[in-house]
Amino acid sequence: MHFEFEIEAGDFSKLGFASSQLKTILKQLLGDHKVIRRVVVALYESEVNVVAHAYSGKVIIDINTEKIEIEIDDKGPGIEDIQLAMEEGYSTASEKVREMGFGAGMGLANIKNNSDEFYISSEVGVGTNLKIIAYLK
Amino acid sequence: MKIKDVVSIINGRVICGEDMTHLEVQKGFASDLMSDVLTLNSDDVLLITGLANLQAIRTAEMSDISCIVFARNKKVRKEMIDLAKEINIILIECSDSVFKTAGKLYKAGIEPIF
Ligand SMILES: Nc1ncnc2c1ncn2[C@@H]1O[C@H](COP(=O)(O)OP(=O)(O)OP(=O)(O)O)[C@@H](O)[C@H]1O
Ligand SMILES: [Mg+2]
Repeated sequence: MHFEFEIEAGDFSKLGFASSQLKTILKQLLGDHKVIRRVVVALYESEVNVVAHAYSGKVIIDINTEKIEIEIDDKGPGIEDIQLAMEEGYSTASEKVREMGFGAGMGLANIKNNSDEFYISSEVGVGTNLKIIAYLK
Repeated sequence: MKIKDVVSIINGRVICGEDMTHLEVQKGFASDLMSDVLTLNSDDVLLITGLANLQAIRTAEMSDISCIVFARNKKVRKEMIDLAKEINIILIECSDSVFKTAGKLYKAGIEPIF
């Protein structure tokens, strides 16, 4: 199964739409399964990052009997030092983002913790690409 | 503990999800920081927060949290109620501070996650 969603940056009112859809789809497919919360939280954190730090983004989800694969691709400022960005506590989030309840610098590490495989690449001035893979078994 | 008992202990007002207050919660977590809530990995958790916005509801949805207490008299807005109804989350308002609300519930036996 293949799904795609657009994310609008700066728009906190629509934040979580893709994750919510993914949760509904996975509940229908898998019932109660431990993997659901992990991938849903990982996607939600990624959505928050696009809305908070980038300009626009696209979510591509592929589900088969073996695994769930999620790609989040954004147009944005990119990340200069990925290793630093991955550190818990490092954040450049704006005051507005903090008022929304985010910006603790925990997101990327949390995405990694909730994935079986996690890949991140970024080009400054272009955008950031995340790939999250979780196995069903 | 049943959520309806939580409501009476903290003198709360159930804003939506009244029909689900027979459900049980075992553990509690208090934070205004959704980044922290998203790192939890626990079932049947009650969230106590002073952050009254849509993100609090969305975060609860993703973390499988079925009940949110908005402390220090924070008011729940209509759009939050609409979303909470759609995804079956109980919203409770309460006039006490986060500290006092958490303290009362801790004393009554709601366990901390850590
Ligand atoms: N998609 C992105 N585009 C540009 N920069 C990003 C992106 N994602 C993360 N970053 C940078 O990496 C930092 C760390 O990201 P991370 O998600 O770990 O924390 P945060 O978003 O700042 O706070 P939290 O996730 O706890 O709400 C961000 O503050 C930002 O500087
Ligand atoms: Mg983040």
